Amino acid sequence: MADNKTSERTGIAKAPTGIHGLDEITGGGLPQGRPTLICGSAGCGKTLLAMEFLVRGINEYGEPGVFFTFEETALELAQNVRSLGFDLEELEARGRIAIEHVRIDRDEFEETGEFDLEGLFIRLELAIDSIGAKRVVLDTIETLFGGLDNEAIVRSELRRLFRWLKDKGVTSVITAERGEWSLTRQGLEEYVSDCVILLDHRVNDQTSIRRLRIVKYRGSAHGTNEYPFLIDASGFSVLPLTSLGLDNQASNERISTGIDRLDVMLGGGPFRGTSVLLSGTAGTGKSSIAAHFAEASCRRGERCLYYSFEESQSQILRNMRSIGLDLAPWVEQKLLSFVSVRPTLYGLEMHLATMHKHICALEPQLVVVDPISNFVTAGSAREAHTMLLRLVDFLKTRQTTAVFVSLTSGGGAIEATEQNISSLIDTWILLRDIELGGERNRGLHVLKSRGTAHSNQVREFVLNANGVEFRDVYVGPEGVLTGSMRLAQEARERAVAEARQQKIASKRRELDQKRQALEAQISALRTGFEIAEDELELLIATKEAAGQQFLDDRSDMAHSRHADNEGAPPAGSGENT
Amino acid sequence: MSSDHDVPAGPVAPSTHETWEFRLYVAGQRPKSLKAVENLTRMCEEYLPGRYKIEVIDLLKDPRLAKEDEIVAIPTLVRKLPDPMRRVIGDLSNVEKALVRLELRLTKT
Repeated sequence: MADNKTSERTGIAKAPTGIHGLDEITGGGLPQGRPTLICGSAGCGKTLLAMEFLVRGINEYGEPGVFFTFEETALELAQNVRSLGFDLEELEARGRIAIEHVRIDRDEFEETGEFDLEGLFIRLELAIDSIGAKRVVLDTIETLFGGLDNEAIVRSELRRLFRWLKDKGVTSVITAERGEWSLTRQGLEEYVSDCVILLDHRVNDQTSIRRLRIVKYRGSAHGTNEYPFLIDASGFSVLPLTSLGLDNQASNERISTGIDRLDVMLGGGPFRGTSVLLSGTAGTGKSSIAAHFAEASCRRGERCLYYSFEESQSQILRNMRSIGLDLAPWVEQKLLSFVSVRPTLYGLEMHLATMHKHICALEPQLVVVDPISNFVTAGSAREAHTMLLRLVDFLKTRQTTAVFVSLTSGGGAIEATEQNISSLIDTWILLRDIELGGERNRGLHVLKSRGTAHSNQVREFVLNANGVEFRDVYVGPEGVLTGSMRLAQEARERAVAEARQQKIASKRRELDQKRQALEAQISALRTGFEIAEDELELLIATKEAAGQQFLDDRSDMAHSRHADNEGAPPAGSGENT
Repeated sequence: MSSDHDVPAGPVAPSTHETWEFRLYVAGQRPKSLKAVENLTRMCEEYLPGRYKIEVIDLLKDPRLAKEDEIVAIPTLVRKLPDPMRRVIGDLSNVEKALVRLELRLTKT
């Protein structure tokens, strides 16, 4: 699939090797129907690379292959690759591979005149035709130079051989020893110019580093860097970890750190697929916070891979249990996997390679590396930086969230020590000891968090049986108050609050009293008024009764006098009585 | 390389009166092959008159033998008898070298 796509783009047909990573940096594989030269010093894996190319070609791409070995016998070869799971005898029995040992015994090559290597051609042709081979390996053809004196003939015959292989249309791999001043001892690169791959194996500070470089690839774009590779139980793998472009998809999903208040500080938590750096001096609680990340991931049902370069799995489980984080069930459910190795066990490339493999196999959503600072001990700072860059890129392209723990040494600017990796990190949480008032307390702040309006506060946190707990913030004149100073401040604030409460209560009481007094007055006045009202009412009633009586009397009188009704009597008239 | 021509080999003496067997591997009728046959025959006539047998094998006709007999260079001459087996490559135009390697000179007394 990918192969076809690439060939359309580059215009060159490619034979996929099936070797992890190699197809990516060659843009699809080796040039199809053309010879490829693999050179390198002794023991760097040339034969293995060639053999894997052949075996994978058979198993994965259905292309039978011929292996001509000039050094080892077929039996030796079969034994050597059996540990990698290649069963050459079985493949040979099925007619998928033809292995032939070409014995070059100098004693039998006494030259008595003109000759050519037609015998080799005939044998190759027979082998290719007998199984319909599409791939051919010649390992190591330079041996011919050792067996034959007439170098001119060997050279012209090799030239003819490579042309012949091209004409035959087989994809071939030729291995050669690395020369002191040139790629190969005999300058074979002159003849095989389509694709040249250089393998290198060097030892730095007692750790071995294997690297692969594509020196030349005619007619095709290819990665030009030195790529680390490793040979392990599953064969050859090359690590094209430096992604060629920054085209990884950015997720908008936020994931929890496992600590609610930290999530709040980060505006809901870091984005999925970003990298988080937890850095701090010794004992600031880095691993504990990292364990929270891991636990939260498992609780979401997402797999987490935890690299521990300082502690063993059981040690971490025990230590985390002491702060109330029981990780053991997650380990049992296979959501959490630990890898505990000493960083100095192998070189950085090997670390990277094994991590690459683990991650590909396990497909975790979260990877914790605790601590990355130890990698510097396995390589130089620059190498460690390159390695982290590759790791970060790799994880980003997979949308895997990464949590890196970094130990910073005391003294010096904490931020400065991490300068070299800060650009790779999306969210940087800095843990620090806050020394104040004769005690040390743990503080945390978010140094940066890309794409997040994060909190700028320095927060104190404690590690207790409930895990990491954030405390409220008290900012005093000398910065954040922590520990007992925070407690004192809390007590002070409590006292002030209490006093305020009391004052309020007393004011309230005073008010009540005032209201009561007022109400008493009101009721007294009302009582007085009511009394007066009653008296006046009575008086009015009496007067009214008296007035009525007068009128009645007058009326009676008039009646008795038979006076006609002259209307109302003058007002004063009634008063006379 | 080989310097054994200085020391007369033990089994040479009896070999003087037995038949020598040669096998010459060629590929088709190419000049080098023809030249090799010619040179070999001349040498044998001179040193082993009537006591030699030459078998010419054309690998183009029977390519399987190339693998079986481990042939790389063409032409390759194998002395099958007398023991031990000896091999030389090339068209035998370097007669001196061929004689020494095949121990033919010792037969002429």
